[in-house]
Amino acid sequence: MDLTAYIRQRRRPDAPLLMTHIVIGYPSMAASYAMVAEMVNAGVELMELQIPFSEPIADGPVILRANQEALAAGATVAGCLDFARRAAAEFPIPFLFMSYYNILYKYGVEPFVAQMADMGLAGAIVPDLPPEEGGAYLQAMAAHALNPVLIFAPTSPEARLALLARHARGMVYCVARKGVTGADTDFTASLEDYLARCRRSTDLPLAVGFGVKQRSDIAFLKDRAEVAVIGTETIRRFDTGGLAAVRSFIEGLR
Amino acid sequence: MNRKGYYGGFGGAFVPEILEATFDELDRVFEEAKADPAFWLTYSDLMAEYAGRPTPLTFAPNLTAHFGGAQIFIKREDLNHTGAHKANNVMGQGLLVQRMGKRRVIAETGAGQHGVATATMAARFGFECTIYMGAVDVERQRPNVFWMQRLGAEVIPVETGTRILKDAINEAFRDWVARMDTTHYVLGTACGPHPFPEMVSFFQSIIGREAREQVLARTGRLPGRVYACVGGGSNAMGLFQGFMDDPVELVGVEAGGRGLDSGRHAARLAWPDASVGVAQGYKTYFLQDGDGQMRETHSVAAGLDYVGVSPILSHLKETGRVRFEAATDDEVIAALSLAMQKEGLIPALESAHAFVQAFKEAPHLDRDEIIIINQSGRADKDIFTVAEAFDDPQWRAFIRARADKYRKIEMRNE
Ligand SMILES: Cc1ncc(COP(=O)(O)O)c(C=O)c1O
Repeated sequence: MDLTAYIRQRRRPDAPLLMTHIVIGYPSMAASYAMVAEMVNAGVELMELQIPFSEPIADGPVILRANQEALAAGATVAGCLDFARRAAAEFPIPFLFMSYYNILYKYGVEPFVAQMADMGLAGAIVPDLPPEEGGAYLQAMAAHALNPVLIFAPTSPEARLALLARHARGMVYCVARKGVTGADTDFTASLEDYLARCRRSTDLPLAVGFGVKQRSDIAFLKDRAEVAVIGTETIRRFDTGGLAAVRSFIEGLR
Repeated sequence: MNRKGYYGGFGGAFVPEILEATFDELDRVFEEAKADPAFWLTYSDLMAEYAGRPTPLTFAPNLTAHFGGAQIFIKREDLNHTGAHKANNVMGQGLLVQRMGKRRVIAETGAGQHGVATATMAARFGFECTIYMGAVDVERQRPNVFWMQRLGAEVIPVETGTRILKDAINEAFRDWVARMDTTHYVLGTACGPHPFPEMVSFFQSIIGREAREQVLARTGRLPGRVYACVGGGSNAMGLFQGFMDDPVELVGVEAGGRGLDSGRHAARLAWPDASVGVAQGYKTYFLQDGDGQMRETHSVAAGLDYVGVSPILSHLKETGRVRFEAATDDEVIAALSLAMQKEGLIPALESAHAFVQAFKEAPHLDRDEIIIINQSGRADKDIFTVAEAFDDPQWRAFIRARADKYRKIEMRNE
């Protein structure tokens, strides 16, 4: 699908679009499916579905624990694919897979990507797969007209941003700071400079994630990014207040 | 595009974008150091002065007579400062940290040997030091935790995942992605993203260089076979590199745990349970399920129960240059006993795996054949595990008495 066009069409004057994240199978398949429904009803425009992995090195303690508990509760890759197929059929927003490369590699990169295309997913985020190692993946994604969403980091020099931009499709995921998911981010001038560098490096829409968790963060991103990514915070809200808390949290963001 | 750090189809650098620049810098500094002949001199002088190198190559006359076959020589990495080969890698990386101008080091540790070595290096060079250690290993290797803390390191028990070595590696990466400006991650074995497998092997090659020179000086001949235990693969790579281009058989011994059929082991190359995957930043054989989720591993030796293995060794397995075997927990305890009784040597439980395989083969070899076993470390750190394995009643009484004493002191203080 044309993810870039979707993002531009859905653009709203008051705030960036929201992309939320769930770990499939946390705390159970049924509960995580209910979470997708709740998030879609709360108005999110995009969603990341994380296939749990035993070694999620880019994730902080909250998402790490969700990965482990999903696996302990019996989540399998086949079950996650089935979950995504149902979600993509039922809800009218673009879904992306997020997972680590081993999940794709063990399944077979080409068959995995073919499955994604068949179920109508929009693309994928694979944080431990730099383009240098991702030839087979990028080729398969291109062949199936899917969007490999690559990651920009504040530590990436200009030449590297340019290289990443050449391989990215749909949008670019700008990691807001150093560190793993879940820690706080300073929404200040240095982030502004970095996002300006990101903007100069690509014509694709920018999604900003890591540490986005309140209304003021979303407001900061208003004219600086097309998409705000909410990851850890919804899991925290769910753990303390269930689905209702997730819904009121998302509705309060814009 | 560049495919750096590949050994056949194994290795690579599957690194989150946030660390790309850090890896570029490390790669550059390592390449410069490697190309600089003065660097190796600085390194080997440091190892001589600080760590006591070269370590001896010890002939084992009693074991040789006992088995009645090959002449058994033992490379004494247990005599390295901190009691294992780990110091070789750590001091080398310490010199690179100085070159990069960083002030803080972090490391994972399984047995605790790499953690202790890193803590000594940090003390010597004046770096801050944090060690990640699986909570299970903290329990198994308390003496090393004690020494790391006394040496000024912060030891963080890792409660996630299977709470052993691989989980400590994940936590160290999580620390690094937040603090790479000031911090270097001293990876402890020949695994992980490029350039770690090559870099760790480079520093450990001091073992094989010395061993080759020593065996030639002493006997005028090359060994027929050399044996090393394989956790991540650093002591094995260290020894093997000395004989890579010689007609010498290289034997790596993995953890057979409760037996290869039990599923409770850490044999990735000696047994077909593992398959190729990508985790912890590199491609190699991993003990994983069909979905690519890492499995639990087991070994009596905390330094050998790792799910992955050096990509260089995976390649050498495929080319047939290295033969891989496995030793079970029970065999390891028996070999340790025999080494103590016959030679007064006290190999670490990890190293004792290499002894097991050498002991199996020595009787079948000619008397004029030479074999070398790498004693990668000493067992002092294993005193609790070994005492339990021997079910030593006097040790148990001693621990009970100590516990009573502490309890009394605590009651008095309350
Ligand atoms: C004494 C000793 N030998 C061997 C190992 C295994 O590591 P490697 O395979 O990297 O040599 C360890 C690891 O902790 C160790 O402490």
